[in-house]
Amino acid sequence: MSTADLLSGACPAPRRESERVLLGHGSGGRLSAELIADVLVPALGEAAVPGPLEDAALVTAAGADLALSTDAYVVTPLFFPGGDIGRLAVHGTVNDLAMRAAMPLALCVAYVIEEGFPLEDLRRVAASVGEAARDAGVRVVTGDTKVVNRGAADGLFVVSTGLGRRLPGTAPSAAGAVPGDVVLLSGPIGSHGVTVLSTREGLGFEADVRSDTRPLHRLVEAMVGVGGEALHALRDPTRGGLASAVNEIAQASAVGVEIDEQALPVPGAVRAACEMLGLDVAHVANEGCLVAFVAPDRAAQVLAAMRVCPEGRDAVRIGSVLAEEPGRVRMRTGVGSRRVLDMLLGEQLPRIC
Amino acid sequence: MRYLDEYRDPRLARMLLDRLRRVATRPWRLMEVCGGQTHTIVRQGIDELLPAGIRMIHGPGCPVCVTPLETLDRAMAIAARPGTILTSFGDMLRVPGSHTDLLALRARGCDVRVVYSPMDAVALAQRHPDRQVVFLAVGFETTAPANAMAVLHAADLGLANFSLLVSHVLVPPAMTALLDSPDCQVQAFLAAGHVCAVMGWTQYEPLAARHRVPIVVTGFEPLDLLEGILMAVTQLEQGRYEVENQYARAVRRDGNTAAQDAIRRVFRIADRAWRGVGTIPAGGLVLAAEYAAFDAERRFDVGDLTAREHSECIAGAVLTGTREPTDCTAYGTICTPRNPLGAPMVSSEGTCAAYFAAGRTRAAAVPGIVQ
Repeated sequence: MSTADLLSGACPAPRRESERVLLGHGSGGRLSAELIADVLVPALGEAAVPGPLEDAALVTAAGADLALSTDAYVVTPLFFPGGDIGRLAVHGTVNDLAMRAAMPLALCVAYVIEEGFPLEDLRRVAASVGEAARDAGVRVVTGDTKVVNRGAADGLFVVSTGLGRRLPGTAPSAAGAVPGDVVLLSGPIGSHGVTVLSTREGLGFEADVRSDTRPLHRLVEAMVGVGGEALHALRDPTRGGLASAVNEIAQASAVGVEIDEQALPVPGAVRAACEMLGLDVAHVANEGCLVAFVAPDRAAQVLAAMRVCPEGRDAVRIGSVLAEEPGRVRMRTGVGSRRVLDMLLGEQLPRIC
Repeated sequence: MRYLDEYRDPRLARMLLDRLRRVATRPWRLMEVCGGQTHTIVRQGIDELLPAGIRMIHGPGCPVCVTPLETLDRAMAIAARPGTILTSFGDMLRVPGSHTDLLALRARGCDVRVVYSPMDAVALAQRHPDRQVVFLAVGFETTAPANAMAVLHAADLGLANFSLLVSHVLVPPAMTALLDSPDCQVQAFLAAGHVCAVMGWTQYEPLAARHRVPIVVTGFEPLDLLEGILMAVTQLEQGRYEVENQYARAVRRDGNTAAQDAIRRVFRIADRAWRGVGTIPAGGLVLAAEYAAFDAERRFDVGDLTAREHSECIAGAVLTGTREPTDCTAYGTICTPRNPLGAPMVSSEGTCAAYFAAGRTRAAAVPGIVQ
């Protein structure tokens, strides 16, 4: 391609609508949603399942209520404080199942390995997958291994698929929130995204932060135990952060949500990093917390049950669901005004100064 | 968190607002110069808390927004050359040029990278001696010292593969240009605290005296801005026009002289085109003759560039504070952060993007328009 071709972009289209996939299409924000809605789902035709996009699909087979989910892991660097790609691959899929109140039954793990990848690193990742699966109480029942030419992958990609059994008496869904619901958050936000960014770019915050990656199904089990059908919606705010997770629920449920900025638990080092880099902590990825929309009469019990679990020790109430302004999330700011909390648009880019 | 929570205390914010309500007897129009301040004002909804009649006009102090289209096109032409690594701060990457943007170029295989400091770009040049590393150096006096240090460091290392595409702008000449313009509505300025941390405020003293306009050096946290607004309105009510310093914890009258020395060594003052504003005499910096070898504009001949602005975009009027983003017919319709027509919709410091992110609609701003 010549220099002139490169610069011509998608001309004569008036706007820079590039007919190429951008990195931002994978950020979990608005661009990702558009890619799924405009390209991937329509191509399925009648093979698609109607309804909102969920963390895991509900499947009934031979009378058993199951959930199914899959996720690909492409994190750079592969190893970071608090975790690595192997732990993420187990926890991410276990958590996606848990967001539909399903306990993990079995996992499949596939590795795509770049030619020349150090075996020692592969051993570490594989050991990590084993350890995380044992900790989560789930078996890895099958998998796949592919090696691609040097340059065709960035070291190692891992794909995991999980099958789960749904807990009876509850069916949380992104479309399940109703006005009056209380919004609960299971713990501090921002640690994972800041840890990975800082480790990758050598920004110097990595000594003070750790990824929060951990399985959340036991926390969900405890919440279901006291909350039951009062658990209307659950989501783990991974890519795109809390803002994207809450916006997705607000849109799928056609409700308004108000979040109290002051109530958001943010570790000091994460706040410092976000302030310095000009990032909004509500857009930063997490791997070990969840946001729950709970009927108001059961919210206090659910919150108490969360706080008994180690992974919900710092759980807090962060907001509530309104009938007004369906699909929109508002944040009550520290100084007492209100602003819209929007989804991350594309790639998360640091501000200039 | 120390040094943050103190400046976001809602109780103190209410106290400052109460005092402002008691002091303000008439409508006043204030301009905050810096995009960082606009970001805080809109994000925290500070302008909506102000007494009726106190209007904030958002100034041209977003470096991403005022970088000329021609410079962006030049950066993209350089990035498209084989063997080049183009580096810049994050939100420059999404700014649309005449034809494309840097993120789209990256998706087409060009090597475009986000750096967190110009020194990272120097380090890249050291690691890749076979490649040309170009840093797109934008910003005000705030980023100029670090960019100057990068050039000095590269000169020390004798790096022949590092260069700067400079689009540095200076704040006082822009304020002068605004005040000299016949339709200037600004009655007082909140000067950009971080620019003053580098340069001090002596340059603003003759400006305040000549134009009889209060100038308050102001920080970036909610309480900084509320206090800066209170100080400026107090001066207006009392008929004073002085330079005052709200941001005393960071700014001295003479600024940071070591940083100023670095700027003076590496750059010289020159006329500069500001996107949306026009050419401002002595309005920016270029590399000094001694460091011309590090000038990417000289190093890479990319031919003639013809920059085209979108006809519907009123970015210039927004940047000079004569129009609001919500006055623009393109705002929120064909111009969104997803598909920006003009730079103020791109950078999160840009006024249009800040309005959009805060959910401000044309319907809410202009009674009578129903969306």
